[in-house]
Amino acid sequence: MKYLAEFRDGEIAQRLAAEIRAITTRPWAIMEVCGGQTHSILRNGIDQLLPPEIELIHGPGCPVCVTPLDMIDKALAIAAIPNVIFTSFGDMLRVPGSDRDLFRVKSEGGDVRIVYSPLDAVQIARENPTKQVVFFGIGFETTAPANAMAVHVAKREGLTNFSMLVSHVLVPPAIDAIMSAPGNRVQAFLAAGHVCSVMGFWQYPPLAAKHHVPIVITGFEPLDVLEGIRRTVQCLERNEAKVDNAYARVVTFDGNAAAQALLEEVFAVTDRAWRGIGVIPASGWRLSAAYADYDAEHRFDVGAIRTTESAECRAGEVLQGAIKPSQCEAFGTRCTPRTPLGATMVSSEGACAAYFNYGRFHTLERASSATRDSNTSPKAATVG
Amino acid sequence: MCLAVPGQIVDIFDGSGTRMATLDFGGIRKTVCLAYLPDAKIGEYAIVHVGFAISLIDEASAQETLRHFRELGILEEELGEASPEQYAEPHGEVCDPIRP
Amino acid sequence: MAEPINTTWACPIPLRDYPSIVIGHGGGGQLGNELVEHLFKPAFANDELDRMADSAVLTLPAGRIAYSTDSFVVRPLEFPGGSIGALAVNGTVNDLAMSGATPLVLSAGFILEEGLPMATLGRIVTDMAAAAKAAGVRIVTGDTKVVERGHGDGCYINTSGIGVVRDGVQLSPTRATPGDVVIVSGTIGDHGMAIMSVREGLEFDTTIVSDCAPLNGLVDAMLAVTPDLHVLRDPTRGGLASTLNEIAGASGVGIVIREAALPVLPQVASACEILGMDPVFVANEGKLVAIVPPQHATAVLQAMRAHPLGSRAAIIGEVTSDHPGMLVAKTAIGAQRVIAMQLGEQLPRIC
Repeated sequence: MKYLAEFRDGEIAQRLAAEIRAITTRPWAIMEVCGGQTHSILRNGIDQLLPPEIELIHGPGCPVCVTPLDMIDKALAIAAIPNVIFTSFGDMLRVPGSDRDLFRVKSEGGDVRIVYSPLDAVQIARENPTKQVVFFGIGFETTAPANAMAVHVAKREGLTNFSMLVSHVLVPPAIDAIMSAPGNRVQAFLAAGHVCSVMGFWQYPPLAAKHHVPIVITGFEPLDVLEGIRRTVQCLERNEAKVDNAYARVVTFDGNAAAQALLEEVFAVTDRAWRGIGVIPASGWRLSAAYADYDAEHRFDVGAIRTTESAECRAGEVLQGAIKPSQCEAFGTRCTPRTPLGATMVSSEGACAAYFNYGRFHTLERASSATRDSNTSPKAATVG
Repeated sequence: MCLAVPGQIVDIFDGSGTRMATLDFGGIRKTVCLAYLPDAKIGEYAIVHVGFAISLIDEASAQETLRHFRELGILEEELGEASPEQYAEPHGEVCDPIRP
Repeated sequence: MAEPINTTWACPIPLRDYPSIVIGHGGGGQLGNELVEHLFKPAFANDELDRMADSAVLTLPAGRIAYSTDSFVVRPLEFPGGSIGALAVNGTVNDLAMSGATPLVLSAGFILEEGLPMATLGRIVTDMAAAAKAAGVRIVTGDTKVVERGHGDGCYINTSGIGVVRDGVQLSPTRATPGDVVIVSGTIGDHGMAIMSVREGLEFDTTIVSDCAPLNGLVDAMLAVTPDLHVLRDPTRGGLASTLNEIAGASGVGIVIREAALPVLPQVASACEILGMDPVFVANEGKLVAIVPPQHATAVLQAMRAHPLGSRAAIIGEVTSDHPGMLVAKTAIGAQRVIAMQLGEQLPRIC
């Protein structure tokens, strides 16, 4: 595919990695915010090409992972209501709620359907006027414009049988919270390229200045991630806490004005609980007053939701980069993709699932160890 | 959050009052909402996430980036500064299997 | 009187005035008999079936008997490049072929849902007849039941098959040996993405078609080079990755493949990108994986490429004594990743 294949070139990847090795003089801890970047890094083995001084800390940019538990439980309760068609992205189907997941609700008779686009859910509403169609509107700022358009179209057409269960989360407040947390080790960020394609990156200079961290807007293909890391290391080595756009073919400073305009109309900022992390003020979007009629939380009275999180799950620490998945006692034993204790083991971009699926509890060697001294790399995988 | 793929706009039309488009992704064609790119034209490339085009691809910028990548390491080579270790293969290299 | 069902088996007597299946068609009475007389028998066209005894009685060639069964529940029933009918025949033919058997006869059991259009059933049965003919097998016995509307997805088919294994052939998933070469017979992911392209909510326009095909002819060509192939498997549900994981586990060996060597059609690759899926987990219905001793690999590969179903055959990796039970891939950028078995069906993702 054009504009994809070129950014996966193996030889150039090797050269970028060599550049990074050449300019790195001391240890650096860099957080990639976006779960999609985590997935790309682990799936392609990008971290294996990096010098041992570079530690990649995987951030909480996995909307599936951070959707609050009570929101999952609400979704499950709504999906179980007869006469409801519950629509969702595929990612959410296996996320564990307090006692079950959407797959189980489906197997017990709930009408749960996977859609590719939120507009497909609107179409289902048009085609099923006697049913209530609910769409599970999760995601970061990348997905919010799509969800906004769906509910906007539904309102415009007066589709009163359509509603949305909204649980959006925002990146900049998360970065702020991570940098402000005691014990934080993150020294720089790879910002989420597609979030920034919507929002621009005007929100980042104040963050970079406040916390004195470089923030590099980074894409997802191997060359994009390596280039983002290269520029980040360059900033760190030069002690420059600046914002740099390494994904310029897609991201502009201002972002997408048309999308931001509709986001402004459809959503309102709210405090949001991030599963495993806790409440981050003003870190989420809910439907605005103008769209309250389409809010599934209001339309369906699912009663008091009492949530029970696994006592053993340490997803929160993983999401904040405090521990690696392989450092959790339950990892690979009591917690596996088959028997997940938390959302990070379910989502395709959850760090725990990625570590498990890409074998990071087996001892696969790091790249270019021939050029290093005998010090054990901090990234060498631990046996699970 | 971020699975978005590049596609080329091959047709633009109205879908029940919303600006829609057909995009070509390496031979696959899919209907995509183009409402967020009001100035996009046929022939241009866009990034698509969950059925929505959210950004145009600046092709000049893409080519510039690729040019920069291709030039990496060449200067050092020309000046004779490259060392073998710089291009070390990752551990566990698989030997090439039998080639027909 | 309804118009005769437009079928290619050109039965002169039209089926009774039932444009769709009713409960009576499974009742063992006149309606059921009509289905057999005017649909199954003309389509499958063989003497043994025509006897209409309770069992087919066969005289088989001497040798080890291979016996396999499979059930088919695909939705939609008809998809680009095939139908449940073609799958039902080729699936069992291929299971027999993977044991090095010459497939001989099949049974076909149908569970039909009340309301299934007769024309649809007609097309499915026509596909089965064509597939059986292409594979050189006869469908010699069968059964039909009908379930109430709402209890069955239109049509489920079970086929079982008998074949005779050639002498000297010992194909088993336990026989992969370090040093063996891994060969795939062609492009991966075609079938699964053809199905995806017509699945509700995910549709896209494409020329991808299912690769559904009988592989016994290709296997014959490979065994003609040497009977000493170690493993043959067809990577159906779960894709190439599941099959290689199973082989690695069964044999207690590691398998290493190179992602750059995997043959993937550009449109299949694109479709996977859009839906966030990995071609190595996507189903195939006309491909095989062969684990071959290294001294035979070149000749076997050449024989495959000379066969119409193996023209894109490629060496993709090898068997190792490292990391037993695990499948490891060398990524395009020269790093490594473990390819673990998926939990269940691969789902489209947005993240």
